[in-house]
Amino acid sequence: MTNYVHQPLFMTGDEFSMATFSLLDPEGELYEGAKEPDLPRDHARRLYQAMLATRILDERMMAAQRQGRLSFYMQSTGEEAAVVGATAALDDADMIMAQYREQGALMYRGFSIDEFMNQLFGNELDYGKGRQMPIHYGSRKLHYMTISSPLATQIPQATGYAYGQKLAGDGHCTLTFFGEGAASEGDFHAALNMASVHQVPVIFFCRNNGYAISTPSTEQFAADGIAPRAFGYHMHVIRVDGNDALAVYEATRQARQIAVEQNKPVLIEAMSYRLAAHSSSDDPSGYRAKSEEEAWRLKDPILRMQKWLLKKGWWSEEEETSQQETLRRDVLDTMKRAEKRSPPPLESLITDVYADITPELQRQFDQLKRHIRRYPEAYPRGARSLDLEVNTSTDSQGEA
Amino acid sequence: MPTMNMLQAINNALDIAMAEDDKVICFGEDVGVFGGVFRATSHLQEKYGKSRCFNTPLVEQGIIGFANGLAAQGSVPVAEIQFADYIFPAFDQIVNESAKFRYRSGDLFNVGGLTIRTPYGGGIAGGLYHSQSPEAYFTHTPGLKVVVPRNPYQAKGLLLAAIRDPDPVLFLEPKRLYRASVGEVPQEDYQLPIGEAEVIKEGTDMTLVGWGAQMEVIGKAVELAEEQGIACEVIDLRTLLPWDADTVVESVLKTGRLIVSHEAPLTGGFAGEIAATIQERCFLYLESPIARVTGLDTPFPLVLEKEYLPDHLKIFEAIRESVNF
Ligand SMILES: Cc1ncc(C[n+]2csc(CCOP(=O)(O)OP(=O)(O)O)c2C)c(N)n1
Repeated sequence: MTNYVHQPLFMTGDEFSMATFSLLDPEGELYEGAKEPDLPRDHARRLYQAMLATRILDERMMAAQRQGRLSFYMQSTGEEAAVVGATAALDDADMIMAQYREQGALMYRGFSIDEFMNQLFGNELDYGKGRQMPIHYGSRKLHYMTISSPLATQIPQATGYAYGQKLAGDGHCTLTFFGEGAASEGDFHAALNMASVHQVPVIFFCRNNGYAISTPSTEQFAADGIAPRAFGYHMHVIRVDGNDALAVYEATRQARQIAVEQNKPVLIEAMSYRLAAHSSSDDPSGYRAKSEEEAWRLKDPILRMQKWLLKKGWWSEEEETSQQETLRRDVLDTMKRAEKRSPPPLESLITDVYADITPELQRQFDQLKRHIRRYPEAYPRGARSLDLEVNTSTDSQGEA
Repeated sequence: MPTMNMLQAINNALDIAMAEDDKVICFGEDVGVFGGVFRATSHLQEKYGKSRCFNTPLVEQGIIGFANGLAAQGSVPVAEIQFADYIFPAFDQIVNESAKFRYRSGDLFNVGGLTIRTPYGGGIAGGLYHSQSPEAYFTHTPGLKVVVPRNPYQAKGLLLAAIRDPDPVLFLEPKRLYRASVGEVPQEDYQLPIGEAEVIKEGTDMTLVGWGAQMEVIGKAVELAEEQGIACEVIDLRTLLPWDADTVVESVLKTGRLIVSHEAPLTGGFAGEIAATIQERCFLYLESPIARVTGLDTPFPLVLEKEYLPDHLKIFEAIRESVNF
């Protein structure tokens, strides 16, 4: 397709700027000319309830972290529509490979409050066996890949997973979430290139929330966001209002069709804002103005969806109140139970490193057990797991 | 003499290096206006401007590749990798490029100005991706220098030496001690030698070798041992590549016993290198097998971190076993 010109023609990409697909205004009214997506009542309610539950879980757990009951937490506040809206547009058996701020996807798919708590407290029922920090969930049953902290590593994995789905011919696709910060990593570029070359049914879903910890997106990239990068890979792309659950839902629904029916990758960039701190270890007042946050609070994705549902008569003030109360109570009760549970057994230190425990690991473990038997007070968790008598008042012995 | 914690000492060293030489440039994820997630680069952007202290996009291979180019040009980059756990995307740039620049070009080009700072280690409830001690991967790489300070005084003196060293230096900062380790640090410019171990404490019965955060743990074990009348000699290696074998040899010739301790897994860990060298050079003087007290051969856990980590009790047990061999 050689297209010659005979005068130098430099292009920068400034020639076009991406439009943002948006259906609902902040008052929950459809924009003029906007077409309501085909979203049945029950489906719309499920979507909304998952957004609301995510907000409440986040508020409660952040408070728990502040009380010192939890070592770490990350909120999704402000981005519930992007995450839940996208998930609601998938088949429940499509694979999700998330970054870490996507508890809404699990909430939508029915991860129970118990399951959340067991991971957050790393107790004996945690599927991850107390090895990862809080919020690194995973669920095989719900097709949600266990989170890995190194950023962007899940993106090329999603390309590979989806390629396998294509070969298996099971009609499913993979959606991978990542931040606009993570999109700077080499893994992002590798993933998009391989997906477009190999025609893979994968949806790359960028949550552009304006910040990567303290780094504003203006210091993350010089271009018009993440979406235009798709052009270089000859890939379908759409930019969507990330605070509008309906628009996110519709964009992702259509992206899924492209992925599954044509075996083609799609990039979605959801424009939103990280309303909360990056994590419980972060304090955004060190790098951004409160007024900026306030402006985004007016675009709250939950209120917007709620207003739309109320207008349609699909939701009521009473349901809102009772749902909130039930959830708050449920979260608190469940948290109390989860906190009290035993830690994972000592053996979880050496299992799952390999399919089978190696002789060398077994030797190291036996030595560790002998050591703990000698000093049970110094290792209360290990001692508890070995059924040794421990004087728990020395639980905090040592540093950390 | 002012008292500083380790972060303040590092910040102070960077400040001195930047004030002295405007070729010194600090960058990495969040290091700009925010001063880094641990605040090691606080106020440097304010003082030296955005062109000398800045946020990079979130791409470690980019950070180190960029730093390599910058160093080859003659600048003095001090690149921060936010956590040592996230240094692996930059592994190729460090191991294949930084380390081999001088060698492959016959010294036409080098990246001697490069320093890579990164927080490492456990004990902070960080789970498997915020706790690793990856030093051994890098000590297997000729052309790099690997330095690990144990307290604020060491951190400042060694960091200033690293920045001015003619070779690329990986500077591993024990993050558990960032705020916990506080001590007197001279306000003025000083350097501590790279490639030299330090005998922190003299003793006749046993040699203990470690680096970084393990030094504090070794110290506690030694106190327990002294209560039993065992006199320990304690050596902080400070530089793992190239490491100061002579100082350790000299000590073991005197004590006849050696224990090496690190947080990283046992197999392929740097303690193995030390043990092999010492048995070669001190074989006839050894009175018990050289012992290694390390993490397990597993990824780093979260809930059972205390069980996993080599602590003072595990080292104390190794001392007893060695003495009673
Ligand atoms: C490879 C790697 N480098 C650095 C980090 C440390 N880190 C954790 S979150 C984060 C910012 C991510 O920002 P973004 O991708 O925009 O997602 P957001 O937090 O805004 O949702 C950084 C730098 C990491 N986890 N992995």
